[in-house]
Order: sequence, then C-alpha cells, then structure tokens
Amino acid sequence: MSAPAISLESLSTTFGDQLLGTMKPGGCASSCGSSTKPDDTDPAVWEKIKDHPCFSEEAHHYFARMHVAVAPGCNIQCNYCNRKYDCANESRPGVASEKLTPDQALRKVIAVANEVPQLSVLGIAGPGDACYDWKKTKATFARVAREIPDIKFCISTNGLALPDRVDELADMNVDHVTITINMVDPKIGAKIYPWIFYDHRRYVGIEAARILHERQMFGLEMLTARGILTKINSVVIPGVNDEHLIEVNRWVKERGAFLHNLMPLISDPAHGTHYGLSGQRGPNAMEMKALQDRVEGGAQLMRHCRQCRADAVGMLGEDRGQEFTADRIPGEVTYDASKRNAYRELVAQERRDHVAARSEAIGLVKAARPGKSVLFAVATKGGGRVNEHFGHAKEFQVYEASPRGISFVGHRKVEQYCLGGRSAEATLDGVIAALEGVDIVLCAKIGNCPQDQLAEAGIQATDAYAHDYIETAISAIYTATSGAPALAATA
Amino acid sequence: MAFKIIASQCTQCGACEFECPSGAIKFKGESYVIESQKCTECEGVFDAQQCASVCPVPKTCVPA
Repeated sequence: MSAPAISLESLSTTFGDQLLGTMKPGGCASSCGSSTKPDDTDPAVWEKIKDHPCFSEEAHHYFARMHVAVAPGCNIQCNYCNRKYDCANESRPGVASEKLTPDQALRKVIAVANEVPQLSVLGIAGPGDACYDWKKTKATFARVAREIPDIKFCISTNGLALPDRVDELADMNVDHVTITINMVDPKIGAKIYPWIFYDHRRYVGIEAARILHERQMFGLEMLTARGILTKINSVVIPGVNDEHLIEVNRWVKERGAFLHNLMPLISDPAHGTHYGLSGQRGPNAMEMKALQDRVEGGAQLMRHCRQCRADAVGMLGEDRGQEFTADRIPGEVTYDASKRNAYRELVAQERRDHVAARSEAIGLVKAARPGKSVLFAVATKGGGRVNEHFGHAKEFQVYEASPRGISFVGHRKVEQYCLGGRSAEATLDGVIAALEGVDIVLCAKIGNCPQDQLAEAGIQATDAYAHDYIETAISAIYTATSGAPALAATA
Repeated sequence: MAFKIIASQCTQCGACEFECPSGAIKFKGESYVIESQKCTECEGVFDAQQCASVCPVPKTCVPA
C-alpha cells in the first residue's frame, strides 16, 4: 500500500488548523450553550446520533461513514435501480465497483479506520439488500465488532426481509436502520416495483406492492418497539409518488420513524434503469424544496443526504472509495485506534464551541426583524465553517435564515469552477443555474470575475466571513440587513 | 433436465445460490454456474424455479 494519506502529524496540522487554529471562542463559549446537543433533542437519542453523519446533520460536519458492498443479492426489483452497470464516477445508491466477502470487508474497514480518523459508522447498503443477503451482512458485522468495538453499525433495506432480522439486529447493537419506503398505497407501489421475491415465489403488480408495504410497516413498528432509530428513505418520482409522499411521511411518523429523507430520483438512460430508459424525469432542486416544505411539521426531515454509493468511503460530500480498492489493501492489516481517538478528542472540544456559537447566531437571527427568509449557499470542507474556495467547491450547502432561525435545507452539486473540463465561462453558468433561488453565497475566497457575474444573476457572493462558523456568518449578514445588532466577523 | 445461467448477463449478485434448494449453484472462477447433475428444476419442492424467480435479469436463468 502507498504511504498513508494522513499521518498523525498531518492530522494535527490539517485538522488542527482547520478545527482549532481558526477557532476563536466567543464571549460565552461555555456558558450559554453548555450542552453539545441541539436544544430540542432527547439526550438518549442524541447519544445515539451524535457521531452518525447521516442521522445528525450536525454530526455530518465532523464524521465520516463507509459502506462495504458485501450484500449484492436482492429480493425486489425497483424501476429506478439497475445493478448490472457500474461506473466509479457515479454516485448513486445501489452502485458498487467491487463486491467484497466478509473477510475482505474486515480488512477494508481496518485500512480505512487507520487512514480516515473521522470514520464513525460502518454501513451495509447492498448493493442489493442487507436483510435479504443476511449471512454476509451478519458475518461482516461480527468480524468488525471484534476488531473495532466502538464503530457504529448501520444497515439499509427495502424492508421485505426486515421483520425476520429485527431480533438479530438488536442483538448485534445495530441501532440505526434505514428503510426505503416509496409508497403506502399498493396502487402506486405497482408503478415503482415490477416484482418482489417473497416466500419462494415471485409476486407482481398490486399484490407485490401490498406485501412489500405490509412488511415495511411491520418492520418499522418492530424497530420502533426495540428503540432502534429508523430513517425512511423515499425516492421522489415526479408524477408517480411525489404528492403521495406527504401521506408516506404521516404514516412513518405515526410508526415512530426518527427521520424521513426525501431523495430526488436519479434517472438517466445510460444507467439502464426502467425509469432512465422510459424517460421518467427526476425532480429539480426547487421542486424538492417545495415538497420538503410541505411535509414540515411531520416526521423530521433529513436534508443533507448525498445519495451515496454502496461502497462509499469518507465524509458525506466526498468519496474516497478509490483509495481503498481491494488491490490497495494488504492481506494483513492491524487496527490502530490512535488517530480516531485523537480526532475524537479534537472534535469534542470544537463541537462545544460550535454549539455555543450557533446557538448565539440563531438567537440573533430570531430577534432580527426583516420578516423574510434568505437562502445562503455555503462552500465548506467540513468542521461547520465557511472554509472552501468558491472555485474549488463541488457542492454548496444551503441554509435558510428566517424569523424561525437558521436551518439547513440541502445541498447543490456543482462542477468545480476552477477545474472544470469545459471553459470556466460555461461552468460558471452551470454553477449559477445550480444556485437557483439562492440569495447569498458564502465562501473562503472568490475572484472578482465570478463575483461580478454572480451579482449580475442576482446572487451576492462574499468571502468576508472566511473560516467563521457557518451560522455566525449567516447571522451577521441577516441581522445587518435588518438593522439589528450584528455579530462581528471573527476571521 | 436442468437450468443454466447465461454468464454474460449475470450480475453475480448470488441470490440464486442461496435460494437453490438443491445446492446446485456455485461461484466458479468468474461466474455462477449450475451443476446439471444436481439441478432438479425445483420439481416437487417449489412451483417455480427459484433461480429464475429471484434473478434480477430477465432470461438469465433458463432451461439448459
């Protein structure tokens, strides 16, 4: 294997600089927000989610997950999925470049844990179904638990085989389960699932969708009864189930789902899926936001999903899977806990400060009186700070400031402006299109030229808050426009 | 009487292997293969051939 990508020294320089070097605690870093958890979260639940990047938006600024593709077998067919084709550059669920045996998976997990200190969660998300391809899922968790006891386990399932596995999941301390639920009405399900394989036979049409629906609800109720946190993923398919997902949200909330994740359909003829080939389109960013706003007040929404691959490695916005392919992992690897432990200590300090700063910033926004809502797009590479250059950003995190406070609403993927394959001009047009509806862009650095062009498109871009906490920067701008006292930029 | 797997269409998901009631399916080299001596086409056990019922690709587990 090549030289380690991160040494402990570089850990303290890259992360130390990023996390601690720029940290300038505010006046009440520990007194007005002493808890590191958001105010409205139950302490027992917070303990479970605080290091899980998918279950906690706050945690995704600090922690990374990895998926091991040990479960290729699947018991249903979805119209948005075709597992036959793979491309290493594609990022979408159900895609994996190489399938692993449980032993290969163990070596990969150790190799990643040694190199990626942010790693906190091991998930099995197929590329088929983790509960159906159960022997391999179970064997993988058992092997990893022996070597890395503090890693959290997580699975993703379509729910059909879930009720058969709930007791074993509880025994293995899998306390996070994601179920993909796209409908609660079998008539709609029949348009999404051409068939299921259940009880040794294939079912089609409404009967198939009805069985799947009943098993999904049963599995969800069983998990809730055992205190296992659930996230419901729903693929938003315009004209098929988009309106219906409001009802899905109500059903899963009633059954104790912790989070609901509305994900846009990814559809392209090149993927070979039924929807791709038949021209079914996916929703755009503004349609997604409109739907998310309509289910506000129901089951809590996950808005920071990146729809990652079944073999993804790293922070949610990045994929380092190519650094850890089977041919790069030695036959023998020994787990070294030192980097993960050092990183956790660093993060614990940083988070206390961040929570205090955020709580102060949100308080100021609530007190301000512009009465309108403003959308901010933020270039960040983690740590909850405005710390990425405009031209280097592969995505922007979108926040909404309004009299209700500051909330994270999603992310927008873009082609990197500085490194785009096409002319910078054309790339910038693409970035501007992706930022539809956004009022203000916050980044660590931006040139005059793109800044002017964004201004022409009605988007104000600034690097005046470089390396500040995201919420602090948003609060400063929002309150300045309302005439209320602003937090000074601390950078 | 036996089934076979069209290797060029197989996604190698392995679902057929653990559904086969006769233990006739194994991963050999680069693909899954049905041992014709062991395959019973699920006769007397299930109404439909399990490999063909669970296979995600149409017409990939077919009569040999």
